[in-house]
Amino acid sequence: MSTEVAFEVKNVAKYYDKVKALDGVSLQAQKGKILGLLGPNGAGKTTLVKVLSTLLLPTKGTAMVMGHDVATEPDKVRQQIGLTGQYAAVDEYLTGLENLQMMGRLYRMSVKDARQRADELIKQFDLEEAAKRPVKTYSGGMKRRIDLAMSLIATPPVIFLDEPTTGLDPRSRLTMWDTVKKLAGGGTTILLTTQYMDEADNLADNIVVIDRGKTIAEGTPDSLKAKVGSDRLEIVIGKKSTVEEAKKIIGGRDVQVDKDKQTVSVASRGGVGKLKEVLSRLERANIEVDSISLHRPTLDDVFMSLTGHTATKDSSTEEAKKKKGKK
Amino acid sequence: MADSEILTEHIDPEAHKNIFWVVNDCWEMTRRSIRHITRSFDQIISLILFPVMFMLLNRYVLGGAIHTGINYANYLFAGIFVQVLAFGANYTTINLAVDLKEGIIDRFKSLPMASSALLIGHITADLVRNLISAFIIIAMGFLVGFRPNASLTDWLLVAGLAVLFSLAISWMSAILGLFVKSLEAAQWIGFVIIFPLTFISSAFVLTSTMPAGLRAFAENQPVTQVINAMRSLLVGTPMGNSGRLAVIWCVGIIAVCAPLAVWVFQRRNR
Repeated sequence: MSTEVAFEVKNVAKYYDKVKALDGVSLQAQKGKILGLLGPNGAGKTTLVKVLSTLLLPTKGTAMVMGHDVATEPDKVRQQIGLTGQYAAVDEYLTGLENLQMMGRLYRMSVKDARQRADELIKQFDLEEAAKRPVKTYSGGMKRRIDLAMSLIATPPVIFLDEPTTGLDPRSRLTMWDTVKKLAGGGTTILLTTQYMDEADNLADNIVVIDRGKTIAEGTPDSLKAKVGSDRLEIVIGKKSTVEEAKKIIGGRDVQVDKDKQTVSVASRGGVGKLKEVLSRLERANIEVDSISLHRPTLDDVFMSLTGHTATKDSSTEEAKKKKGKK
Repeated sequence: MADSEILTEHIDPEAHKNIFWVVNDCWEMTRRSIRHITRSFDQIISLILFPVMFMLLNRYVLGGAIHTGINYANYLFAGIFVQVLAFGANYTTINLAVDLKEGIIDRFKSLPMASSALLIGHITADLVRNLISAFIIIAMGFLVGFRPNASLTDWLLVAGLAVLFSLAISWMSAILGLFVKSLEAAQWIGFVIIFPLTFISSAFVLTSTMPAGLRAFAENQPVTQVINAMRSLLVGTPMGNSGRLAVIWCVGIIAVCAPLAVWVFQRRNR
């Protein structure tokens, strides 16, 4: 394995009775880069994070972190990683400072280092006032911050962030983005799972898209967008009954319809010219147009064109896993 | 690339022997659980109320109707003491179930710490709670007429047996905590096991008053042996084999349940 690779997953599968939570995923992250793992709920993102952080043994395949196999050398892997799960994994009865110091000691830092580093992180995450209060008195955003700080206490070279911004208000979300960028800037390799396209687009150097336990695409945000094609024209139709007719009139190879939103969209290589043409054709057919817009493809579009459904729709594995009583 | 060396400079597990870190992990987990005791109002209240309530109810509601051949306060003390110790272990079941349910378990399991430390932390916290309960029970005992004739050595033996019994029942409770599916279950499953164990024993009545089947169970189960041994040490009732049997039972339970609990914990949901 090249020394430049921080972690690598080869053909990893995780099966539960009948459910295939992961079904042959491969990915690789270079040191100091952010790898975005994108997928809807139940796609297998958390399962993959758990495999990489030694919490789950893969049914098939191998996962290596900093040159150590998660299955055979879990202790070596655990010294190199920080994990921030989907739900704040913080001791609510302990103060923020106590949580950090405890983590430091469990990472086998000296008492002095653990204290010093805890103080640094409290400052860095703007928690000075709350440092000596039990965490149960914290707001949601503060809990997330202390949660992330806990996984950074030992400055591990690899960090796994499982949906770090789910449930955060927009301001806290931006703060979190900023922190993640700074971490990567400092040389930390990050695996970031998310179901938000803009998040992956903004933060990730590389993106792997998974759905129902399988990789369905990978590349840089730009290359993924390029796959979907050029700009798209989105037309909101005035009357629901005329949406189908509008679709026929607009035509084209990849015209898409969202009946609930009464929207028809089409790739537009001709730019403004195409816009004019479509509008006049609809006018001639007496179809009322509410609004029309031209937009660059987002990762939402990527997802749509790859899976046929949007990223926010749950896939079936999550339902099945819940029935089994798994987290 | 030297990145990893620089980034992990804080972590230096080689600075101490492995056993040092295992003790460190257990200490950190114990300290965490002890902080939960002092910061949780529920725990403090139940810690005080249980012993007081058990002692008063049994002594004054039932005590008048029960004949044991000796002063009932003297008979009852060892029974209530052991019962409170046994109920104390239910905290290990509950607190472990809470940890497993919340995300914090994933965090602990992703750390380079000894995996048994979390269990040991909860169990040591049980000991601390039971120590507090013990003082309350002893004070209550004297209030309701308990007059022991034990020497200092006897008291030390009682304390030693109490620690051994507390550890045994806590390790058992840890296994329950690893298997229960919900917090509600964690709360009742301890009671379902501990109530019969402490009632079908010599805790409150002479086992000779029970029907044959029940009596056979009561006279041969570990709780009775522990109670009889303590009672003998404290108020001079006949010891028989109960001292030896109590120690064998407790050590046996720990020897089976402790490794089993750690084994189940490590393999749970992987």
